[in-house]
Amino acid sequence: MVLQIVSIMLSALLTENFVMVKFYGICPFLGVSKKVETSIGMGMAVTFVMALASAFTWVVNKALLIPFGLDYLQTISFILIIAGLVQFVEMFMKKSMPAMYNALGIYLPLITTNCAVLGVTLLNVQNYPDNFIFALLYGIFAALGFTLAMVLMAGIREALDERAVPESFRGFPITLLTAGLMAIAFMGFSGFSIGG
Amino acid sequence: MANEKKSAGSVIMNGILTENPTFMQLLGMCPTLAVTTSLQNGVGMGLSAAAVLVCSNFLISLLRKVIPDKVRIAAYIVIIAAFVTIIDMSLQAFLPDLASSLGLFIPLIVVNCIILARAEAFASKNNPFMSALDGVGMGLGFTGALCIISAIREILGAGTIWGIPLYGGAIQPMGIMIMAPGGFIVLGLLVGTINFIVRKRKGE
Repeated sequence: MVLQIVSIMLSALLTENFVMVKFYGICPFLGVSKKVETSIGMGMAVTFVMALASAFTWVVNKALLIPFGLDYLQTISFILIIAGLVQFVEMFMKKSMPAMYNALGIYLPLITTNCAVLGVTLLNVQNYPDNFIFALLYGIFAALGFTLAMVLMAGIREALDERAVPESFRGFPITLLTAGLMAIAFMGFSGFSIGG
Repeated sequence: MANEKKSAGSVIMNGILTENPTFMQLLGMCPTLAVTTSLQNGVGMGLSAAAVLVCSNFLISLLRKVIPDKVRIAAYIVIIAAFVTIIDMSLQAFLPDLASSLGLFIPLIVVNCIILARAEAFASKNNPFMSALDGVGMGLGFTGALCIISAIREILGAGTIWGIPLYGGAIQPMGIMIMAPGGFIVLGLLVGTINFIVRKRKGE
């Protein structure tokens, strides 16, 4: 049990990193990774929403969709849950945590169309349909892996800004090439396997 | 910007070249990088997204006067998700091999920014016929881009094209090109090259 939990955590964080290995959430990864500070903000907002979304969609799937044989509605119902959740989190933060809202506010609407969020909920019902704790942990640690990749990238991009990059490769292309090199580094983790 | 005056041909060419969703607007990056490991996957993904785009653009344009402004994004997402579910189920029924190699990226067409962006920027302002054409243009532009990327990656990474071996075992293919880093590197070099060509043409 403990071994399995550690294995879920490590694989979500490193060996199956959402951005570097599985290609979920590339748009925010490329779009919001210009500054370390903003990428930390985005990462926190995504982690918050992904943890809530993993919990809610797992319950809806187990309690509503499966018993009534409606699993083909997973995509539609999950995206609606995520959109509603993002809206709710935004309203809640505005009222009760204004400081946090000011820090994260601008990133919240973007999260609805972050495919990492919908991706993790769909993966959870495939991989852990019977274990709520595993699904929740996978959601949280996949989001932390996303944050990790984005913050690392932001650090590199801040340094890249001061270098003489060829005109045509400035901005997006050099970022992609950097991500390619980072992905090679992340492949180094793929040797890990704990408890199968 | 009198959209009504645009000819059908220019709307289609706009999607394929001038505003190519992948190379010019840099939208929909997740499937672009993830499924382009072989030409077959690239074509399958491109055409699936194009089908969803044409249908959703058409329906959203039909309903553009009915949908209240405040809930339009939610309404668009429901419409798109419905078409994605249809495509997902038909692929699983008729092309199970393709469906399993594209995996989660078929349901994830729902959150592909190209589709929502076209709904918001074009279909909500134009008539159904033009919106469907815009869907065709953008869909073909996306498919074309995926074909170019996936052909390069398949030739370099697997030494095959459309599954047919090219070198007859004489050259060891670069496996890394069909793994995650290859996607980033090929797309980065392509976008950089296109920037270079565009800048040369402008005479800089």
